[in-house]
Amino acid sequence: MTRQLLTGNGAAAWGARLAAVDYIPAFPITPQTEIIETLSAWIDRGDMVGKLVMMESEHSMITAAGAAATTGVRVFSATSSQGLLYGLEMIYTVAGWRVPFVLVNVSRGVSAPITLEPDHNDVLATRDSGFLQIHCATCQEVLDNVLIAYCLAEHEQVRLPVIVNLDGFYLSFTREPVTVPEKEQVKQFIGIYDSQNIQFRASTPLSHATAVLGGGPYSYFRYEMHLAAQRALAVYNEVAIEFDKIFGRLYGPLEAYRMDDADYVFVMMGSFATKAKEAVDRLRETGCPIGLLRPRLLRPFPENDFYRNLKGKQAVAVIDQNISMGKGGVLHAELASALYGKPGVPPVLASFIGGLGGRDITAQEFYEIATVLRNSVEKGETPPPRLLYTESEIRQVQTLQAVAHVERRKLGDKP
Amino acid sequence: MKKSMLRRMKDLPSAHLLGTGTPMCAGCGGLQALHEIYDVLGNKNIFVNAAGCMTLLSVYPFTPFRGSWLYTAMASAPAGAQGVRDALDILIKQGRMGPEDDMDVLVLTGDGSAYGMGLSATSAAIERNLDFIYICYDNEGYGNTGQQFSAATPHGALTSMSVGSFGYPGYKKDLFNIWAAHRPAYVATVIGAEPLDLARKIEKAKLLKGPRFILALSPCPTGWGFDPKDTVAIGKLAVKTGIWPLKEYSDGKVVHSKVPRERAPVEEYLTLQGRYKHLFAPQRNETLLNEIQVRVDRYWQAVES
Repeated sequence: MTRQLLTGNGAAAWGARLAAVDYIPAFPITPQTEIIETLSAWIDRGDMVGKLVMMESEHSMITAAGAAATTGVRVFSATSSQGLLYGLEMIYTVAGWRVPFVLVNVSRGVSAPITLEPDHNDVLATRDSGFLQIHCATCQEVLDNVLIAYCLAEHEQVRLPVIVNLDGFYLSFTREPVTVPEKEQVKQFIGIYDSQNIQFRASTPLSHATAVLGGGPYSYFRYEMHLAAQRALAVYNEVAIEFDKIFGRLYGPLEAYRMDDADYVFVMMGSFATKAKEAVDRLRETGCPIGLLRPRLLRPFPENDFYRNLKGKQAVAVIDQNISMGKGGVLHAELASALYGKPGVPPVLASFIGGLGGRDITAQEFYEIATVLRNSVEKGETPPPRLLYTESEIRQVQTLQAVAHVERRKLGDKP
Repeated sequence: MKKSMLRRMKDLPSAHLLGTGTPMCAGCGGLQALHEIYDVLGNKNIFVNAAGCMTLLSVYPFTPFRGSWLYTAMASAPAGAQGVRDALDILIKQGRMGPEDDMDVLVLTGDGSAYGMGLSATSAAIERNLDFIYICYDNEGYGNTGQQFSAATPHGALTSMSVGSFGYPGYKKDLFNIWAAHRPAYVATVIGAEPLDLARKIEKAKLLKGPRFILALSPCPTGWGFDPKDTVAIGKLAVKTGIWPLKEYSDGKVVHSKVPRERAPVEEYLTLQGRYKHLFAPQRNETLLNEIQVRVDRYWQAVES
């Protein structure tokens, strides 16, 4: 066990190295590229066994990943944003192949407009695919959850691929002290990949991913995936306990921070939740009884864990770092559907959108959200959804627009 | 290279490996070619398939193959082959699988994938020197969806999306040369109606390593508009008229394996197919008929000079 200063990308690469992956189909994309560069350098120097193959697109990369896992080797891959979307057809497809492998996604906002900085619309586009999703908030979590993801994916009750998500820039390029586990301990935790009944051998031919005719067989296989994804919740809990026994770090499906006596709750995913934690501490100093809930698992969705944690609370603010056009925050809608109709759920479930394309969520905004929650409880009604945006931001955009107008006039256009 | 064991028709395998009762159309020229290819390749292989007519060969729980099968998607069958090949190599290298369990990795797609959507994945697989055989059944259109024109559709042909009096305005993409420009191990054109030529090429391809491509013109009764009983006749005419040159590329050279010394007029081939009926009725389109003939003549002049 060693402590190292690692970026989120470095931590993801260490996860793959310690999991002793056999095969890494790769394709570069900012802000993920450091992961495959790191793995490639280790393999070239002989620090790591395994084969890395540079593909020509994420669509091919995910195809090769699924095909290799189907043949019977342990596979790792990584991507981000447009790459994830480019490969989306195969994300759905290989999940249906019921092959376990781990894909790290370094979250980045999606085009258009094209940008480099993070939000969660990329990874949420895979929400319904059959990939399980683990969301990380620290570099340590990234490394540890790559290991946990292999145990989860390869479990005989699950057999589904897993996405481990970390935020671009805020985690991918931020160095934090990370405990790098011993190889032998990891081996004890993960074991050797057993592809079970899915593998290609000349002596035992297999037709895999064949067509079906009609809704009956189709529904059967789709329901099977859903049931496996649901079973993954109990399996995740077992795996997390086993991980804690060996490595001394416990990762539940939800991280609950200062929740015990809280009346008000922030709900957030990913690294921006660490900003919310800081805000909770400051608000607590002013006497505001507030806490934070952060789902690590998004698929399967830990409905009962949410309910247990939120029952009896007065007001919840879901701060989504994503936006479903024409609806709003994805996590807000998910949580509403999980809580609706159950006894004792918080009467106020407010929606806030922030952090799109790396936009900061400031401490002031968290305080304002807390105030909105308190007022809503007094009024007894959930406030309308809010898109977080500040006056200085609108002034900045107006400046850009003014420059654009000037430039256009210079070209002789009428405004 | 080893001398061919296949000198005459009676040397062709007498045991037929591909199962029957598939949902392919009656008279499918692609299935005819696949039967012949499979007999020579044997069953120690995996077919990695892209979306097309032949995706319906393996419909749960049936398959006509004695070996393995993996359906991927329309664009990425070569990438699927990459994953399988790499995984097999890793398993053998690590001693987790005996070499007797190894298999040939094959890609099976139609022209829609081979000429179009899958071309980027194909080009990259060749660049990586992937050890695989790509088999394309080329029925010159998106046959599975009702014969819309594809990049493989010949000039002037009627398709379900080129129904005007001039047919398809584009020209068939030269996929043979696109492959050859990558300098792979082997490229060959074949047709089911010339089984000896086909078998010899498959035999040769099987013995080589690296990227290999078999492009099989596949007369399609449904898409081209002819009676299923004429599949072989049309296939033979495709060769005799010089419209479908039988050739192979290896070691940097292109060799024609069957040169039609006295070429039949292209009209003999065209007139049997509904997709060219507009060239003959209500009146003959001499300009277009002539243009098609001239293109074929020019091709062979270049070959023979």
